[in-house]
Amino acid sequence: MADGGWLSRWPVIRQLKGEDGRREAARSARTDVLRPRVEEADSVARSVCPYCAVGCGQLVYVKDGKVSQIEGDPDSPISRGRLCPKGSASKQLVTHPGRQTHVLYRRPYGTHWQRLDLETAMDMIADRVVRTRRETWQQTHDGKEVRRTLGIASLGGATLDNEENYLMKKLYTALGAIQVENQARI
Amino acid sequence: MAERMGFFTDTSVCIGCKACEVACKEWNDVPDDGFVFRATSYDNTGSLGADTWRHVAFIEQDGRWLMSSDVCKHCTQAACLDVCPTGALFRTEFDTVVVQPDICNGCGYCVPACPYGVIDRRERDGRAWKCTMCYDRLRGGMEPACAKACPTDSIQFGPLDELRERAEARVERLHADGVLEARLYGESPDDGVGGDGAFFLLLDEPETYGLPPDPVVTTRDLPDMWRWAGGAALTLAGAVAVSFLRVSFPRVPFLQASFLRRR
Amino acid sequence: MAECHPVGYQWVMEARDRGAKVFHIDPHFTRTSATVDRYLPIRAGTDIVLLGALINHVLANELDFREYVLAYTNAATIISARYRDTEDLDGLFSGFDPETRRYDPASWSYEGDEPGEGEPREGGIRHAEAAGSDSYGARGAGASAQPPADPTLRHPRCVYQILKRHFARYTPERVAELCGISEEEFAELAEAITANSGRERTTAWVYSVGWTQHSVGVQYIRAASILQLLLGNMGRPGGGIMALRGHASIQGSTDIPTLFNLLPGYIAMPHALRHDGLDHYLEQEGADTGYWGNRRSYLVSLLKAWWGDAATEDNDFCFGYLPRLTGDHSHYATVMGQIDGTVKGYFVVGENPAVGSANGKAQRLGLANLDWLVVRDLTLVETATFWKDAPELETGELRTEDIGTEVFFMPAASHVEKEGTFTNTQRLLQWREKALDPPGDCRSDLWFYYHLGKLIRQRLGGDRIDRPVMELTWDYPEEGEHREPSAAAVLREINGTGPDGRALSSLRQLKPDGSTTCGCWIYCGVYAGEVNQAARRRPGSEQSWIAPEWGWAWPANRRILYNRASADPDGRPWSERKAYVWWDADKGLWTGLDIPDFDEHMPPDYRPPEGARAEAALAGTDPFIMQSDGKGWLFVPSGLSDGPLPAHYEPHESPVPNTLYGQRANPARRILDRPENPYNPPMSSRFPYVFTTYRLTEHHTAGGMSRPLPYLAELQPAPFCEVSPRLAAEVGLVNGGWATIVTARTAIELRVLVTERVRPLRIAGKVVHQIGVPYHWGYGGGGMVTGDVPNDLMPIVLDPNVFIQESKAGTCDILPGRRPHGRALLDLIERYRHG
Repeated sequence: MADGGWLSRWPVIRQLKGEDGRREAARSARTDVLRPRVEEADSVARSVCPYCAVGCGQLVYVKDGKVSQIEGDPDSPISRGRLCPKGSASKQLVTHPGRQTHVLYRRPYGTHWQRLDLETAMDMIADRVVRTRRETWQQTHDGKEVRRTLGIASLGGATLDNEENYLMKKLYTALGAIQVENQARI
Repeated sequence: MAERMGFFTDTSVCIGCKACEVACKEWNDVPDDGFVFRATSYDNTGSLGADTWRHVAFIEQDGRWLMSSDVCKHCTQAACLDVCPTGALFRTEFDTVVVQPDICNGCGYCVPACPYGVIDRRERDGRAWKCTMCYDRLRGGMEPACAKACPTDSIQFGPLDELRERAEARVERLHADGVLEARLYGESPDDGVGGDGAFFLLLDEPETYGLPPDPVVTTRDLPDMWRWAGGAALTLAGAVAVSFLRVSFPRVPFLQASFLRRR
Repeated sequence: MAECHPVGYQWVMEARDRGAKVFHIDPHFTRTSATVDRYLPIRAGTDIVLLGALINHVLANELDFREYVLAYTNAATIISARYRDTEDLDGLFSGFDPETRRYDPASWSYEGDEPGEGEPREGGIRHAEAAGSDSYGARGAGASAQPPADPTLRHPRCVYQILKRHFARYTPERVAELCGISEEEFAELAEAITANSGRERTTAWVYSVGWTQHSVGVQYIRAASILQLLLGNMGRPGGGIMALRGHASIQGSTDIPTLFNLLPGYIAMPHALRHDGLDHYLEQEGADTGYWGNRRSYLVSLLKAWWGDAATEDNDFCFGYLPRLTGDHSHYATVMGQIDGTVKGYFVVGENPAVGSANGKAQRLGLANLDWLVVRDLTLVETATFWKDAPELETGELRTEDIGTEVFFMPAASHVEKEGTFTNTQRLLQWREKALDPPGDCRSDLWFYYHLGKLIRQRLGGDRIDRPVMELTWDYPEEGEHREPSAAAVLREINGTGPDGRALSSLRQLKPDGSTTCGCWIYCGVYAGEVNQAARRRPGSEQSWIAPEWGWAWPANRRILYNRASADPDGRPWSERKAYVWWDADKGLWTGLDIPDFDEHMPPDYRPPEGARAEAALAGTDPFIMQSDGKGWLFVPSGLSDGPLPAHYEPHESPVPNTLYGQRANPARRILDRPENPYNPPMSSRFPYVFTTYRLTEHHTAGGMSRPLPYLAELQPAPFCEVSPRLAAEVGLVNGGWATIVTARTAIELRVLVTERVRPLRIAGKVVHQIGVPYHWGYGGGGMVTGDVPNDLMPIVLDPNVFIQESKAGTCDILPGRRPHGRALLDLIERYRHG
């Protein structure tokens, strides 16, 4: 017993051996090696909270291809490392089991989702854009050139990146889709 | 040994955002506490427990809305630790009180021992859980998750002596500003638990916040009792050795009875 | 602010600690109210009464910062003799056409600027049709750079005197009567803000959608602008009007707009009826003086960024490739287009209109009438699943088997799985590094639109319809196994390049001749020196409080706009305490803590020569460089759809009359009078209560990013309403029990929180109860917590300038207990509608 095994670490035994049962003697092997898990991260990315527009700095720690922690970036002059409850829940936002990672498809009049592979879905969407655009094309309106479609609309952008909004607006405008809106209107 | 570290929770600047509750759960992987609309102001987690290690209380008064983030007090004389028969609870090098989940067998003695009603058994696994003051983060020189997240620095972390000084100054400042009801809670080494490692600046009586006005360590006669408990435990070693593997522990009625008597 | 922007609120707490006095004015006692010096409850929808009374207080007591007002605002400018005020017309301004419910603003002009009789002013009726004023105000509507003025401010038609007369009826008594704020409380507020403004001190106003979501929302902010200009609080540190925005890059999505009426950089989309070619467009759109005088450079550089070599001087730089507006193509008009069958395909990207927009039923009926719908999100939000769980299935209004909408759910990459910039509420661009690849089929929106564009181009030909797409510059470096387009390359395109192909460093380098490209002129400089300036991360602790080396703020990394106003007309700081930028006469340049608003060598005594254009047409004392006259506009001669000055109008749905004017509600407000969008009659005994909606700290918008998260869902697990003990007693509501709230749209059930924080107000002699409703819930959405949809209660009635719905002030009834289901719910609503 004296040379190891769980019983030798059992606090009661150690206490009887004269160690202080409430301090060092009570430490388990797991406790002895405890370190903050961020120390083991493979990488840390400097990011920004995705919720409101204060723009708090976040540090995103990744270990073994998974986000292991997201917390405030103390360097940020805006947030000084602090986060609100939503910002503090960011790791759950990106890792929670309810997050969808597959393309889903609902047929017209269908009653359930079905899986679709990404490439097929992209092709189908492109087909629909091209078809709807042609079918609803307006070259003129009340005698004035408008070169547009009112058949295709879009909503969203306030949660996206500037670069994403830019490509959206650029593509939609070239396609002639003008009903492009986002949360800023709401 | 390192300096004694602690929390100073200044409720006069708490905005009730609950970042502390969430940051704690994210770091410590604490499960949710159920989804219950309690109709008690904006508080829907109810109280500290096995699944809520920081808890923000909301107290609605005439013209005032008090908010306060409660947490384990990390008592100087911690009854939970005293009564823990397995040594799952221990005092760290930071003078904080921590449960080791790999040791805890779920006996639950610590639960009634706590004068604040903090430590609690988790139904899902039977073990006792509470705030560790982010012991793992402390070991890496990091501050606890709740203190780091707190947007207004209502939760301050640091060497306890420094925090006490800061808290005194804060009370003086508030008094000078006419906030005469400001007072500290748990900062005095002379109180019934020898002072708390996590203490508070309150704007009303402790009872208003659900805090006991005069907490007393439930194990005041500890040194004698500890030896007694140790001996008692040894006599049960055989039984324990068998049952340990099932993560359960036979009850020790006399021990529990003595705590009940003191509460 | 504590409620919705807690981390930003740390600075308010710190300011308070340093002696700032903080007021909170809100219908709802929030976590902010609990932590300020004074909370003033206000009836939802009456802010202009309060702000107007503050303006009146300043004017009547001559408390304005006169030197500032004279030098930097249009207070002295003389207005057309044709102008008639609400004082003259019982709540209307001159130029209103009751037939079309539109204003012709010709009579609001500066003297000498009036168009001929009967000739409508640009920026008037036609702008009202297409939210033109959204950009028009910012673009500096066409007004003279040096209009007639009376610096003594005595001319009866000078702006100052018009203001005085207009606001004279906004008295503390009216505030008490309409807002429910006592005269004593008003006096305390008025005293505090005036005492804290001037040379040595500044006062800031902070608002959120509590000001924008009204049928007279733009004028709320105008009222605050007038007050702040009069007090000299604009363009100065610690001053200004801070819009707290609620989405990570909602500022960015306005700057680089996914908005129907704008091109990047607040350039208006061309309008079929107003614009022919490029030259004509530029002639019509804004003034030649001030920074908008360079608009040809901004627009041509944008067209070059989009169509590259195909855009030449000979073809108007492909200006003709831009589709044309003919009216309102905004969100709610789009929804009506879906219901009417004109809109066939719909992309919804990180948004959830099925529960997040006003009148959820109209939204869902629209979705159910599409040919196809693409939803991109992290979780299965209600907009993706409406066909199997919308409330209309239960009532029989919809049947899954009858819904022909083909739905594609495309899982999105999260903010940590892609790189790019957000623009925060202070115009600060911050680059996010990518932490890891997105899982499974999840992709960034950058990936989606880039590859979709490629696939579309593969399917198109070369005819005149397809040419704009085929000739579009659409070639970005692809990275990694997913062939992710380079966000840095896109940001560089947004920044723009010069004739040498190198990244530009300043918007002043933009040229009108097609030799420069720039995807968004106000962002020019974000890639200066071929360096991603938005990615700068010099720790705040190592910088001044301005922190200029953290991220990059548009324009030109300027942290406070119009900062010329922080110095006096001679270029000296108004006070040492408030020094920000100032003129260094020895060096002959502007210096200080921030980037000045204009050429740093422009001396304060510069006076523009005759015929000068653009910024050269403004004097060295003109801080408001986007305006054609360089002045802060107390009075807006053109660009607004509902008046040159703010006037109080009751919300579209209101329980009390407007005691200020005969005109009850904003006469120009947008009403969508359709069966899908019934309204509560005003002052109806069937809908006696005021209700307002808001957010809670624990959730985000309609909950798409918070309800599915256990750690947030447990903190506020159920939809609830907040009512006063008195209303609870009157109606029979029990704390923790259920209530049903009814409007003409629908009824929803939710839990009851009885709280003293909600106080009945005495309005116009009667007790008005307000009911607070956080709007975070929906029927599904992968939420851990679900419930009825508060936004279903909302009508669609819009501000006439920007087409934002009035969702902060409405009327309702409230009943104890749960609502009926199925057909019985529709019957209940029918009974309410028809009384």
